[in-house]
Formats: sequence, structure tokens, C-alpha cells
Amino acid sequence: MKQDTLPASAETAQPQGFSRRKFLSVAGLGLAGATLTASCKKDNPVLDGQDVDLGGGDTGILNYAYALEQIEAAFYSSVMYNMYVGMTAAEQQMLNDIKMHEIAHREFLKNALGSKAIPALTIRFDGIDFSSRDSVLGAAKAFEDLGVAAYNGAGKLIEDVNYLLLAGKIVSVEARHAAYIRDLISNGSFADNTVIDSNGMEMSKPPAEVLSIAGKFIKDRISANNLPTD
Amino acid sequence: MNFSNILNEIEKIDPEVYERTSGRRHLLKSFGAKVAVAALPFALGSLFKKAYGQTSGDIPGVLNFALTLEYLEAEFYATAIASNGLIPSGAASGAIATIGGHEAAHVNFLKTAITASGNMPVGKPNFDFTAGGLFPDVFSNYATFLAVAQAFEDTGVRAYKGQAGNLKSSNDVLTAALNIHSVEARHASHIRQMRKNNNQGNVKPWITGNQSGIGSPAVQPIYDGEENTTQAGLQITNINSSGVTADAASECFDEPLEKQQVMSIVGPFIVP
Repeated sequence: MKQDTLPASAETAQPQGFSRRKFLSVAGLGLAGATLTASCKKDNPVLDGQDVDLGGGDTGILNYAYALEQIEAAFYSSVMYNMYVGMTAAEQQMLNDIKMHEIAHREFLKNALGSKAIPALTIRFDGIDFSSRDSVLGAAKAFEDLGVAAYNGAGKLIEDVNYLLLAGKIVSVEARHAAYIRDLISNGSFADNTVIDSNGMEMSKPPAEVLSIAGKFIKDRISANNLPTD
Repeated sequence: MNFSNILNEIEKIDPEVYERTSGRRHLLKSFGAKVAVAALPFALGSLFKKAYGQTSGDIPGVLNFALTLEYLEAEFYATAIASNGLIPSGAASGAIATIGGHEAAHVNFLKTAITASGNMPVGKPNFDFTAGGLFPDVFSNYATFLAVAQAFEDTGVRAYKGQAGNLKSSNDVLTAALNIHSVEARHASHIRQMRKNNNQGNVKPWITGNQSGIGSPAVQPIYDGEENTTQAGLQITNINSSGVTADAASECFDEPLEKQQVMSIVGPFIVP
């Protein structure tokens, strides 16, 4: 556990109001976590600025999805641990739902990949002010839109139709999230022309483009060199 | 980039290209003006596969199935928009115009693509949006309208999802279908928020269990199966001691429907 990631307990913590005292206690836990990691590194390798190869074939695509879900799950865990000023009860409920969805996606992909899963990535959220509603929702919108574009762009790269279906089961939930977050920012922007083209279709993105955007939230260097390209 | 020009270029090399593709030369020639740029890779890819003998399963059949659903949605929203006093002005009108515009664009895209691949688009059925009297006030009662809209959008998401595997042989067609699929999900999310804001229950943007959140039991088949919490043999509820509840486990994966299931759901809205 790195200092710039949340303690594992953040994921299971119940949503509570933000306070300065709690912020300090989070920092303390983070330090404690760092010590803990050092002592059990053999069992649970955490990379520090190393290369992580997603692999090839369907494994590579699933690891690609796993990397993105790791970012999303870590992001919403931070959001709910450190709630922005003025979060309404309804927002709290929905954002906590999204957090649990992303954790479920991440854990599902981890288990589905088994021994072929990439390690837990070191996620960082430089530039996001978790106390600010605008900053948090702006980042959430970027993550959700990116997730939808990524799954859509990766569909054709998947060989096994069962994995294709699973990706389809996840991407529509990401799209539901994206629309909700967008409407929180500006009601009616759920499917505007920054993400939907003149044919009424989502603008999907290939892995290289997605990773160039997502990469700045990952301390490790992700290699997509072995991913299928068509 | 101009579709007509591309066909003309091909014609110079292969004078029979129009006959190879459909024989409906005038139809093909007329696409250029109508088809949007983003549609081109898909239309051309399908065209070439068909013309030069690479089999691609029943892709035209899948696209015609999708077209039927898009006809349904497009006419539904167009009729609602034309119904005086149904949709409140402001945000609601804007949102329905956005969604209706997308559905009309999907109709055009699919018709163009099907024709470009040398196949005939199915005709638009006659619709009865009251479903034989089940929703008699669908265009006079805003709440009923939103409930039917939610039913259509959630059905659309499940229908496209169920066809993805059948489109695997064509990367372009699969990607196009996926790019429509997520837009339907965005619509579903927004319509659900509109229902919540209209005090039609605590409807979430996502589907919890197999709950429709709609009073009529007629819509239940649209939600049956959504309560699934097992994916690829893995139990998602509390996976890896994550605290994921059964509700969240059902919400975080949307489930597919087979074509037959979808047709029996939309059947009551189609006049035989």
C-alpha cells in the first residue's frame, strides 16, 4: 500500500462526512499500510513504477479492462471516503452504488484472470480535489466516458464470444453511470455530442488512445504492446 | 470523403460492382448524399464482404432485427414529441428530443448499412403504442409515457447485448452495434432519472434485481433474469469479501435477451 492510495478499509467503510480529523487519520492509516505492505510483499506484489505487461489475446484485453476498473474502483473509494462538500443524500447513495459496481467489476476480472492477472496497480489522482464537487464529478465523467469508449473499442479485439458478452454486460452499466454523472453536472448532457456522433453512436477509442489518457492515473508503466490489434 | 465517389472509383476497376452488391444501382448511388462520414467504414466493410464472397453469418438478419427495434423507438418518440402537452417544456423536452434524434439516426444508419451490404431493409411495421390497450394514455399521460420509454430503452440494451456474439465475424458491424448499445444504455439511465424526478418511485439509473419499477406486470419479462449475480461461474455477491451486496451484484452487470424473447416483448406494440 502506497501513501498515495487509500487503506483497504476505505472500500468497506460506510460513507461519512468529511472532517479534518478524518483526513489526518486517513494519512496515518496510509503510512501504517506502507509498513504492512513491506512485510508481506512476497504474497501480494505491488509494483512501484515498473513495467506491467497486459499480455496478449483475450488475457490482454481482460487485463486492460482490469486496469481500467482498478482506476475506477480506487477513484470512487476515494470519493466516498473523502466526500465532497455539499454531497446530497441522493448523490451519496448513487455514488456509493457506483463505487460498489466498480469494485465488483475489478474483483470479477481479477478472479476471472486468475494467475494471469496483472498486479494491483499503484493509482494516483494528482490534480483531483476530492473536497470539490466540480473536480470530483468532472473526473468521474472523464473516467466513465473513457470506460465506455474503451469497452466499445475493445469489443472487436475479443476472440471468445463469452468474454465479448461479459464486456457487453459491463459496458452498458458504465454507460448508465456516465449518463448519471453527466446529468449531475448538467442535466440533459447524458449523451451529448462530445461523446455521441451524428449517427447517434458512441465514439469508441482503441486501447492505445485510452491508455494514453488513463496512464497518468497509474504510477506503473502499462505495456499494451502485446494486445491484439484487430 | 464521399461514398458515391468511392463506388465510382471501384466501378472503374470492377464495372460489375453494383451488380455484385445488390443490382439496385440507383439505390447505392443515392447513399452518398445521405450517409454520414462515421458510417462509411461500416457500410464499406459490409459491402465488400458481401460482394466478394466472405461469409459473415446472418449479419443482415441481425441488422434488420435491430432496425425493427429502432423503428419502434424512433416513431415512439416522434409521436410523443408531436403530442401536445405531453412532455413538459424545458429539460424534459430537450432530453426527449435528444433521445428521439438518436433513434431516428439509428434507423437511417441501419437502413443505409443494410442496403449497402446488398440486402433489403425490412419495412417499418405499424405500431400500436398502447399495446392493444394496455397503456391507453401513453401519449396523454407523462408518467405512462416515461414508463413505456424506460421499458423500450432497457429492452434495447438487452437486445443489442444479446446480438453481439452474432456479429463477431465483422469487426465494423460489431463495433457499430456496440456503439449503439451504449447509447441506448445512456438513454435508459436518463429516462430512469426522469421517472425518479417525476415521483414515479425510487428508480435508479441502473436495474436492481429484476425490479421494473413499473406498475404493469406486462413489462416484467423485460427485467426477468436481471437479478443474476453469477458471472462466468463466479459469484459476484461479496466477491473476495468486498461487501458487494446482491443488489449491487445484479446492478453492475446488465443481462442479454435473445431475439425471440425481445420479439415477444415488443410483439404487443406491433400491429400484425
